[in-house]
Amino acid sequence: MRYLPLTDADRRDMLAAIGAPSIEALFADVPLAARQPGLLDLPLAMGEMEVERRLAAMAAKNLHAGMAPFFLGGGAYRHHIPAAVDHLIQRGEFLTSYTPYQPELAQGTLQSLFEFQTQVALLTGMEVANASMYDGATAGAEAVAMAHRLTRRNRAVLSGGLHPHYRAVCETYAQFAGVELERSDATPGAGEDLASLLDSKTACIVVQNPDFFGEIRDYSALAQHCHAAGALLVVVVTEMLSLGAICPPGAMGADVVAAEGQSFGNALNFGGPHLGLFASRESFVRQMPGRLVGETVDAAGQRGWVLTLATREQHIRRERATSNICTNSGLCALAFTIHVALLGEAGLVRLARLNHATAVATAERLAALPGVRLVNDAFFNEFTLRLPCPAAPVVEALAAQGVLGGIPVSRLYPERPDLADLLLVAATETVTIEDIDRFEAALREVLR
Amino acid sequence: MSALGATTSGNRGLQLEEKLVFEQDSPGHCGVDLPEPPPFRARLNGLERQGPIGLPGLSEPQIVRHFTRLSQKNYAIDSGLYPLGSCTMKHNPRLNEKLARLPGFADLHPLQPMASVQGALELIDTTAHWLKVLTGLPAIALSPAAGAHGELCGIMTIRAALTAAGDPRRRILVPESAHGTNPATAATCGYTIESIPANARGRVDLAALQAKLGTDVAALMLTNPNTCGLFEDEILEIADAVHRAGAFFYCDGANFNAIVGRVRPGELGIDALHLNLHKTFSTPHGGGGPGSGPVALAATLAPHAPVPWLVHDAAGCALIEHAAGPAKGSIGRLKGFHGQIGMLVRALAYMMSHGADGLRQVAEDAVLNANYLRVRLADALSLAFPGLCMHEVLFDDHFLKDTGVTTLDFAKAMIDEGFHPMTMYFPLVVHGALLIEPTETESKASLDQFVAVMQALAARARAGDAAAFRDAPQLTPRRRLDETEAARHPVLRWRPAAE
Repeated sequence: MRYLPLTDADRRDMLAAIGAPSIEALFADVPLAARQPGLLDLPLAMGEMEVERRLAAMAAKNLHAGMAPFFLGGGAYRHHIPAAVDHLIQRGEFLTSYTPYQPELAQGTLQSLFEFQTQVALLTGMEVANASMYDGATAGAEAVAMAHRLTRRNRAVLSGGLHPHYRAVCETYAQFAGVELERSDATPGAGEDLASLLDSKTACIVVQNPDFFGEIRDYSALAQHCHAAGALLVVVVTEMLSLGAICPPGAMGADVVAAEGQSFGNALNFGGPHLGLFASRESFVRQMPGRLVGETVDAAGQRGWVLTLATREQHIRRERATSNICTNSGLCALAFTIHVALLGEAGLVRLARLNHATAVATAERLAALPGVRLVNDAFFNEFTLRLPCPAAPVVEALAAQGVLGGIPVSRLYPERPDLADLLLVAATETVTIEDIDRFEAALREVLR
Repeated sequence: MSALGATTSGNRGLQLEEKLVFEQDSPGHCGVDLPEPPPFRARLNGLERQGPIGLPGLSEPQIVRHFTRLSQKNYAIDSGLYPLGSCTMKHNPRLNEKLARLPGFADLHPLQPMASVQGALELIDTTAHWLKVLTGLPAIALSPAAGAHGELCGIMTIRAALTAAGDPRRRILVPESAHGTNPATAATCGYTIESIPANARGRVDLAALQAKLGTDVAALMLTNPNTCGLFEDEILEIADAVHRAGAFFYCDGANFNAIVGRVRPGELGIDALHLNLHKTFSTPHGGGGPGSGPVALAATLAPHAPVPWLVHDAAGCALIEHAAGPAKGSIGRLKGFHGQIGMLVRALAYMMSHGADGLRQVAEDAVLNANYLRVRLADALSLAFPGLCMHEVLFDDHFLKDTGVTTLDFAKAMIDEGFHPMTMYFPLVVHGALLIEPTETESKASLDQFVAVMQALAARARAGDAAAFRDAPQLTPRRRLDETEAARHPVLRWRPAAE
């Protein structure tokens, strides 16, 4: 087998060195009743060509984004990833290295994570960021848990504009952590009075900007209300590129930012792996979840990097750790770092502007169709349309015509019939004028 | 250190110094060409970003050189033996990378209409089938993002089952040799943790376990093979005792690579087991993730599995995405979207490549390699426990007694010899632990070279060369780094000098 270097002669020699009569003898500690006598009922080994043929056949059954005008967002965005990103992350020294617990053998990973932490802090406008989380949704749940630890209060308020998956993950974590959640209902197109939900038990309010429906809001006043009440403002960002165009959460007074970083460097991947980002005030750092890279010096006085503040973490602190998290999303963070570095200041701002322009053009065209109304006041690269009929069958019909035309809001809010006519549409730099033409024509046809 | 002394550039041959990307700003440069949009009316309503972000500008060749230089400061399984016990640093097949990048998987949005993603759902379904057969358990939750996330999933599921049965329990038992994630997970789920001691043979002390079991115990969390590299040979008795007490048996499957294809955890009486796809199933560690931590579940726990659930309907496969209707018993959602699908592609490619026969060989070769190291190193180092080991072998620091050399010093000296150190100071049940896992993807020649180095280092330590060990490593881009200072005065980001 191509992945196994031992030959039968090696195996015989090694068994002889061990003094074992057979491989079976090495499994002597396994109770006899628990040993599988023969092969399990699964296919036998295959060559590379055969495996490739079978998986490629599965892949070919999907209508992927490159095959159709594509307008889906909702927390996962299709952006052009420069070729250098994938080339660099596939270098074996990055791809096949472990968590950098031995810093002298991992300065490459550590320095790139230090650059990542800096980029995330700069983009979000926060003081510090960690070395990444699993994804945006789990980062949100960890933010609520951190607010609970910091304030010693056990109630959290979730905005109705929070992505329903983020909300659901918060609910799952909270029911086991004893955190009480107050959920404001989704009110696309209208505001919500979150400040009135603050009380002396509130650890944090969680909002999203742009929110799930694409709306951009100023949360500066809410931040002040939170701080006056002794609570934290957690801002979720699912489209990090938006921060190239809009005021970042840090400038609005956010205490914690929990975000999804997939937009930079990472493919859609049918939902994962993606990249959780976590940024906060520097004073919270000893309560942060996840890994942190810090600067230090070596025995010769030269600058270098190490994993730091490990006394927060499970491998040292065990049941008193700030989180049970062990793995982060290292390679996804590297892809983010390289993509952001390639863009740089000028490129990131221009890319954000291009996204906004494309979305505005798309919104104007679609909202001009009979019976279609734009719900948003302000938006970045994603917006919500109210159709004259339920959106789910419209999206199915569009797909049948080869157009991936957004996300029916009902897929995420099956319990809200009043939202059934809403269609969430994203338009990034990958959308061409021809794509917009085809989407408009197909939607006109389907709605007729 | 070297005859050459200092160089003008600071570089030393192939060891190239590299500043932070922020220190290489060349204003006006950009590594991406983008068109300027036609004039349009912005819809940001006064919420435009004020002021610069603060990112540097560099062209593509500068960026490629920067990250290439950084990569060269890393050790990797592609470069050499990486004997981290319990971490399973095995070869990462490149076929897996190629297939995960097929546009039909990588360029697919998780919320596309189900009819447009039938191939991706088939991939999930097929991966689930393989893992269920390998574990001998009837259900599997594929959404957890990593091993510790899988633990969370398993323990939440157990708590949900107990709550549904009107039998809330408060305690979880964890052996003292367990990974730190086990107690941290149980605490996250609101449980009190009680530690179970190991016996003199490095296994769970069955009598101590039985004494702690009671009507208030929700679960035992056990790693098997355990972190001493030993199979829990009384596991059937342990499972029986746990079940008689009305508790669930959770198994940390971090070491599943020792038994894959040869032992099915479901047949050991295990109710829930997480797998680390980045260990047993060869998905790359990537310098710390992304991982994937599917959790195999017994029938009693399956109704509480997190959403989404994959079901079959007339049109093919579909997902139940909400904890309602048929999934009303679900603990809810643990992650955005459907899970680490890109890692499932890699794991399935790996399983199909090996097949039922090859996976069994994986376990056999992993155990053979570890036992070979055990025997070859038994005289030079000091074995923690006598007898056979599974896929990894545990030594303590007895062999360094009175040498002045610590386990850490010894590990740093291995670095100068071109080897990544083994796992150190874990598990906590022996003094100065050295936990060595070669994996099945090392050749005999590679193991023999490793043995020679370890024997030579042990001999040097005994010869009284402690100062040289304390000064190691000498040949890396950086010498030993000051971790204490880093934690005392945390510097977690770059800031411009003026700030």
